[in-house]
Amino acid sequence: MSTQVFSHKTFNQSLKKYYSFYTGGFIAFVIALAIAEQMGMSRAWIGYWFLFATIGLYAGIGIMSRTAEVAEYYVAGRRVPAFFNGMATGADWMSAASFIGMAGTLFLSGYDGLAWVMGWTGGYCLVALFLAPYLRKFGQFTIPDFLAERYGGNIVRSIGIVAAITCSFVYVVAQIYGVGLITSRFTGLEFGIGVFVGLGGILVCSMLGGMKAVTWTQVAQYIILIIAYMTPVVWLGIKHTGIPVPQFAYGYTLQKIGDLEKKITADPKEQEVRKIFADRAAAASAKLKDLPKAYEADKAATEKRLADLKARNAAPDEMKAAADALERFPKSADQAKAGYAREAALAARAAPPRPHAEPFPGKDEAARNTARLNFIGIVFCMMFGTAALPHILMRYYTTPSVQQARVSVFWSLFFIFLLYFTAPCLAVLAKYDMFTNLVGSSFASLPAWAAAWAKVDPTLLNITDINRDGIVQWAEVVIGGDLIVLATPEIAGLPYVVSGLVAAGGLAAALSTADGLLLTIANALSHDLYYKIIDPHASTTKRVTISKVLLLVVAIIAAYVTSLKPGDILFLVGAAFSLAASAFFPPLVLGVFWKRANKWGAIIGMIVGLGICAYYMYTRYPFFGVNMPLWYGLSPVSAGMFGLPAGLLTIVIVSMLTSPPPREVQELVEHVRYPLIRGDTVVSEAR
Amino acid sequence: MELSAKHHEYWRKNLVITAILLFIWFVFTFVEAWYARELNAITFFGFPLAFWFSAQGSLAIYVAIIGIYAYLMGKLDKEYNVDEGDLE
Repeated sequence: MSTQVFSHKTFNQSLKKYYSFYTGGFIAFVIALAIAEQMGMSRAWIGYWFLFATIGLYAGIGIMSRTAEVAEYYVAGRRVPAFFNGMATGADWMSAASFIGMAGTLFLSGYDGLAWVMGWTGGYCLVALFLAPYLRKFGQFTIPDFLAERYGGNIVRSIGIVAAITCSFVYVVAQIYGVGLITSRFTGLEFGIGVFVGLGGILVCSMLGGMKAVTWTQVAQYIILIIAYMTPVVWLGIKHTGIPVPQFAYGYTLQKIGDLEKKITADPKEQEVRKIFADRAAAASAKLKDLPKAYEADKAATEKRLADLKARNAAPDEMKAAADALERFPKSADQAKAGYAREAALAARAAPPRPHAEPFPGKDEAARNTARLNFIGIVFCMMFGTAALPHILMRYYTTPSVQQARVSVFWSLFFIFLLYFTAPCLAVLAKYDMFTNLVGSSFASLPAWAAAWAKVDPTLLNITDINRDGIVQWAEVVIGGDLIVLATPEIAGLPYVVSGLVAAGGLAAALSTADGLLLTIANALSHDLYYKIIDPHASTTKRVTISKVLLLVVAIIAAYVTSLKPGDILFLVGAAFSLAASAFFPPLVLGVFWKRANKWGAIIGMIVGLGICAYYMYTRYPFFGVNMPLWYGLSPVSAGMFGLPAGLLTIVIVSMLTSPPPREVQELVEHVRYPLIRGDTVVSEAR
Repeated sequence: MELSAKHHEYWRKNLVITAILLFIWFVFTFVEAWYARELNAITFFGFPLAFWFSAQGSLAIYVAIIGIYAYLMGKLDKEYNVDEGDLE
């Protein structure tokens, strides 16, 4: 015992030393690039340096941690100290959507966007109180492992495998998409090539060393992503609040935003622009109602204009413009419909700015109450989904003890908290900057960052002089959420090297999450499906090799699906959480806290939970085209709000109707409830 | 394996700690969100109160809940002699 204590301590200390050196080295690297930029290094080269140096670094850690031992490969040898497991979980958890998208969502939807922030942090309370210590005591390799041991039989394991793969796969596609986006934007490589460069980094790491390599890489990635997120915020904070920790002082900036919103709502020039949008939208809606006729009338008007110009022998360029307009004019009423619908959607831009700090704005009390219900629905599903996502729960198998697992959840949430409580601050500071520096500036001299980004990507920033007065009105600006984090360094007036740093941070966030997810999928297939169901006599080398091959196959399939650019990423991510919450949360928690829960309860409960959740999404999400009316106005992302209680109730009812689980299962439940029972005969931990 | 009365007592105390912390979690999540409009009338360090909670306060409380849980359970383990020793 004493030698083990000693080795854990020295291991922990040497880890602290390595990662301190590493952090110092990374900061030195950024400073060196900053000096190189001053001496004239081009932007493309700064992008390449960040991309290849960081991916090379992750690959290096992967190669150093290569292993073919089962316990090392699946659970990093159960030696990861709580503090470092917390950092690794932080990186595993925070995806491209958190890093790049979160601040943008908050920028666009104000208070209502905070549902995501609360949901994605508060879920860790459930992980700590209900799951992490008990799973650690159980001590196997995967989540289906627990379900199978607790409820017995391959049916439960199979449902677990299907659910684990479904939600992880949906989620990993979103990550690989993020990788492709960042590499292509900051290095000028093509999207497809960007995907494969990033994928190379992921694979070297997770294929060679499994969980062991992924863990140590994720710690390195966390350090990069948090430095990258904080640097521009500190700068922007000094600029607008005068202190380097704006998180504590932006309340006053928020008040100023409230005043500016009122000013924008009352400003006659702003009203003029909004009126133009309202009129255009109204005209288009009228045409949509009266379709074939309105289309014919428009077409005739376009033809007539060309004929008139010809008749009075107008200037050639004027005639050419009219001819082009006729050429581009939709060929049929059906084609024209899409264009009219786009115009009609401008109604959204005719609304005054949404008050940033006001919860659940709406036109009447009913609309406000629906908004509140949807806020609570998102919080609920994200929290319970957090406590059910296999790639996160798996991390708590890797600590040395039950107590370390508990402490490790604390560090996990602490490291996640650092980023999540900064994101709302960044959104407010960016909005204030735009209200004061962009609104009211003249089109001839836009702020440099605005001019640059509007040119690069009109989906991220689009500014058009609608009322032709030469001055920017807020209603004339369209912002894509991802702009906020990507452009903050330039908004804050920082050198390009900080933009490169932010890109490296976003890449670290996407790669680390993709790593964890791919590993979860490959483990579900190799460990749960192949070893536990198909060939229980497989040698350890064979199991690890199969896992590595499967990892490659899954990665390639995921990359292929990503290259098809499937629709709404945020919906996919939300859907993964709702599905996980409905399928896993009830059987996992009841498995520990209710001895009476039995096999058939779990089987039917999981199917009912998953089924109701999937049914609600399928029949309500517009993508599938069924569009049945919503229940209580709850959006399909929050389908887990119905799926989870239904699953829970089903497990209870079916378990009560069937016979209690056998004696050894009840002993297993008692076994996982205590960190150590002297004289315990049940052994569940796999080595 | 027979559990002693002390073991059952340990589990009951664990359930009490879990329930109390879960109640705090519930109040600062769902009750706070339900009354967000009313809470926002109060200003706290320049923030409307509901905004402050959703953006910072509740998050910090979540971190504290987990920290308190880990601390109390570590102590309880030792008190009831079910701890695993110092595996740091």
